[in-house]
Amino acid sequence: MLRKIRIILATVCFVLVNLLFLGVGWGVTQHIAWVAQIQFLPALMALNYGVLVVLIALTLVFGRLYCSVICPLGVMQDLFAWAGRKSKKNRYGHSPEKKWLRYGVLAVFVLCLIIGFAPVTTLLAPYSAYGRIVNSMFRPLYDLLINGLAAVETRFDSYMLPEAEIWMRSVTTFVVALLTLIIPGVLAWRHGRTYCNTVCPVGTILSFFARFSLFRIRINEDKCRKCSLCEKNCKAAAIDFKNGTVDLTRCVVCGDCIDKCHDGAISYTVELSAVSRQPSDVSRQQSVKEPDSSRRAFLTGSALAVGTAVMAQAKIKMDGGLAEIEDKQVPHRETPVLPPGSVSARNMNRHCTACQLCVSACPNNVLRPSTDPMRFMQPEMSFERGYCRPECTHCSQVCPAGAIQPVRPEDKPFVHIGHAVWIAQNCIPVANGDHCGACAKHCPADAIQMTDYRTEDGRTVQVPAVDKERCIGCGKCEYVCPARPFSAIYVEGNSTHQVH
Amino acid sequence: MDRREFIKHSAAAVAGTSVLLTACRKGGAGRSQDAGVAESDPSQMTMRVNPNTGDRVSLLGYGMMRLPTTATGSARENADAPIDQEAVNELVDYALAHGVNYFDTSPVYCQGHSEEATGIALSRHPRSSYFIATKLSNFSEGAWPRNESQAMFMRSLEYLRTDYVDYLLLHSIGGGSRGRDAIQTFYARYMDNGILDWLVEQKQKGVIRNLGFSYHGDIRVFDMLLRWHDEGKYHWDFVQIQLNYLDWHYAKRNNPRNTNASYLYAELDKRGIPAVIMEPLLGGRLAKQPTHILKEMKRADLNATPAEWAFRYAGTPDGILTVLSGMTYMEHLRENCLTYSPLRPITAEEDALLMHLADEICNLNAIPCTACNYCMPCPYGLNIPAIFSHYNNMLAEENVSPRRWLNGYDRAVPRTRQADHCIGCDHCLTHCPQRIHIPEEMQKIDNLVEQLKQR
Repeated sequence: MLRKIRIILATVCFVLVNLLFLGVGWGVTQHIAWVAQIQFLPALMALNYGVLVVLIALTLVFGRLYCSVICPLGVMQDLFAWAGRKSKKNRYGHSPEKKWLRYGVLAVFVLCLIIGFAPVTTLLAPYSAYGRIVNSMFRPLYDLLINGLAAVETRFDSYMLPEAEIWMRSVTTFVVALLTLIIPGVLAWRHGRTYCNTVCPVGTILSFFARFSLFRIRINEDKCRKCSLCEKNCKAAAIDFKNGTVDLTRCVVCGDCIDKCHDGAISYTVELSAVSRQPSDVSRQQSVKEPDSSRRAFLTGSALAVGTAVMAQAKIKMDGGLAEIEDKQVPHRETPVLPPGSVSARNMNRHCTACQLCVSACPNNVLRPSTDPMRFMQPEMSFERGYCRPECTHCSQVCPAGAIQPVRPEDKPFVHIGHAVWIAQNCIPVANGDHCGACAKHCPADAIQMTDYRTEDGRTVQVPAVDKERCIGCGKCEYVCPARPFSAIYVEGNSTHQVH
Repeated sequence: MDRREFIKHSAAAVAGTSVLLTACRKGGAGRSQDAGVAESDPSQMTMRVNPNTGDRVSLLGYGMMRLPTTATGSARENADAPIDQEAVNELVDYALAHGVNYFDTSPVYCQGHSEEATGIALSRHPRSSYFIATKLSNFSEGAWPRNESQAMFMRSLEYLRTDYVDYLLLHSIGGGSRGRDAIQTFYARYMDNGILDWLVEQKQKGVIRNLGFSYHGDIRVFDMLLRWHDEGKYHWDFVQIQLNYLDWHYAKRNNPRNTNASYLYAELDKRGIPAVIMEPLLGGRLAKQPTHILKEMKRADLNATPAEWAFRYAGTPDGILTVLSGMTYMEHLRENCLTYSPLRPITAEEDALLMHLADEICNLNAIPCTACNYCMPCPYGLNIPAIFSHYNNMLAEENVSPRRWLNGYDRAVPRTRQADHCIGCDHCLTHCPQRIHIPEEMQKIDNLVEQLKQR
């Protein structure tokens, strides 16, 4: 019964989290964003006391049900374990708690949280780890499917599905996501919930409360015939059948043992005694490596030699054909551009758990994970494929961690997230004499005026002059600028967002 | 009788006549009732006689500027895909077998591959069984020097695998170029380099059998050349103009810089100069009609397609030598052959209906782009004809939702080639034969897209 309820609830939560990160459309996303807000670490980051109190109360009553139902990384491991069980039955065994590892990791985690060293906290956060997996691996597949369906529906003159641009937002984040899929996945396949009970800081924090839980798995010594089936099927390695004990700090209340027991000796009931016997054997210790971050794997996108956008002036102009368009490259920005609502670079750095939900929700291809080691995998903006559109506040509405705080569309034009900077030598009128003004024409804040400029070779051309007071840093000028691969006008971030 | 009533009556009259006519035709030809697979009888193809040379020219002329490629779509849409020569051969064989004998190409069509493909396909048939029309397409400044223009003509002969051209046109007079108005551009292209005189020499030698020009744009150049004709300075054997039921009266309404076909045709007719018609369908725009227009057409003639109406209209005046159609697909070729085998001239009632429909179509404010692609490639990568085509399609549909508009836009044109990337460099302005102010239209479309996105 417990197992069935757990599976149903877990399926619901897991499906919702996946839908959320796949970006199935704002109509759905805005109604299921709560499933991110009930995650422990984001709630802690956002100081969302209501959620924290409920989660702790939940744990005090039911044990670590959170890890089996709400946490997507936990459910993912259960899926791997379930697949692994097909090959081999009754394969788990009891092992003692690895206290030094659990509390060591937790100590490091808390320390990093306090000093604000984001790379470690973001790497360890379980919900964020799963978000990155979906965002970097499943999302492109989903988009591919949607684009395929869109191509099909076009044949029936239907235009319901928006086509997605599929692109690699960050190679390093992809590698990290791949490792967080493989390492906990393989561990789960072979040993069950090893990751949750040795590395995961959320698991360790909850275990403090779980040991006092009201409802708990209990072995009735009178009925137990010491068949060992429960221990062999406990993926948390929490059951010691010889002593008839269950380690509540590691039990994730999956209910598998109850179903396995032929003798009805295991129950999930209220027990008034608050202390469970702790196993003390620490002789056999498995070394479990935490997922290795691949910070070293710094891939600076090697610039491919691409054909220039400017046509070679042929003697005879043939009609037809399309000019080649060189891909834009990300300019170097002294200060990263962060979305409206993130308040400041410090606020972002302190709160963000790098779950990529904002990246997933951004319909304009603006947000992507950073490769800067100090802001590793936290979002930043760039404008090669779109710009921060005035009517969109999706990222601020989905962020569960308070890193991007809610912004109303009507307030957005007053949040100055950055300012445009002009680069003379890239500017088309300076470079080839063509009349331009795309940036001024498109600026939604009226911050760009075209003015006279004398080039080095003595021509007078019209170039943009930016009024920094008016510029809000939306990036439209950078996006529409025809200069390639580097725009002639780009946005520098404001380290603290100005509101005026 | 007020206007609405008049239209109603005339529509009913048209309906009556066309049903009768259709019945006659179907019965007379003895074909099956399935119009989709009907084949035209080559002996029935309407032929017109060129008064200068006595050429018997088929009313349907083959425009070789939208040749099929090995990818989906014509060479217009697929700049990179090579021309499907086998398909071209098949189309040409079918056309010749069904009475079509006029083939119109240019050195710049299909990114310069049209003449060669045309030459390959036609050289498989006796040279006397068809007429070749090609052009001196020296638009670019680089082609203005005498030797370059001469080389262009000599290359045309080589590609077309022939030693004479039946119809040679000065290509698209009336256009401007950078820093020059249309008159100055005409002089730079044909007069200052003595090329026109050289072409007249070629005609005397028999290398060119008929000399003419095609016209779009500034009416002063058209009038000037006809004045020269009147003065005996130059003799035009034929002139190619844009004519269809929209351009007859509403060329100005579509675009103030265009000239009504009624004027152009009248000027030619009174001088007895045969007219070759281009854009009878406005680049396919008249073949795809908005639902309410289509309903009126079907009410008048259930079996006729919008294309059939347009071709019948363009072919009706007697002074027209041939009507060009850039046919990519066999189905279109077959249908057009049927339409002109023989031509059923537009009756007065039908004419009234089409004029009324033209009125309604103009009220849609469609952009008069014919997808001729002369503006392409845009140096900044825009797909100009695809943007206009999507815009016009959306105008023609009823109750378009923003989602339909925007998703369709993304599917029709990649984001980096959409209207918001127009910088207003104005390079395209001198190329458009329809005199569309492309940058202004791009701005208009971009504003609309913004509105839709913010809704």
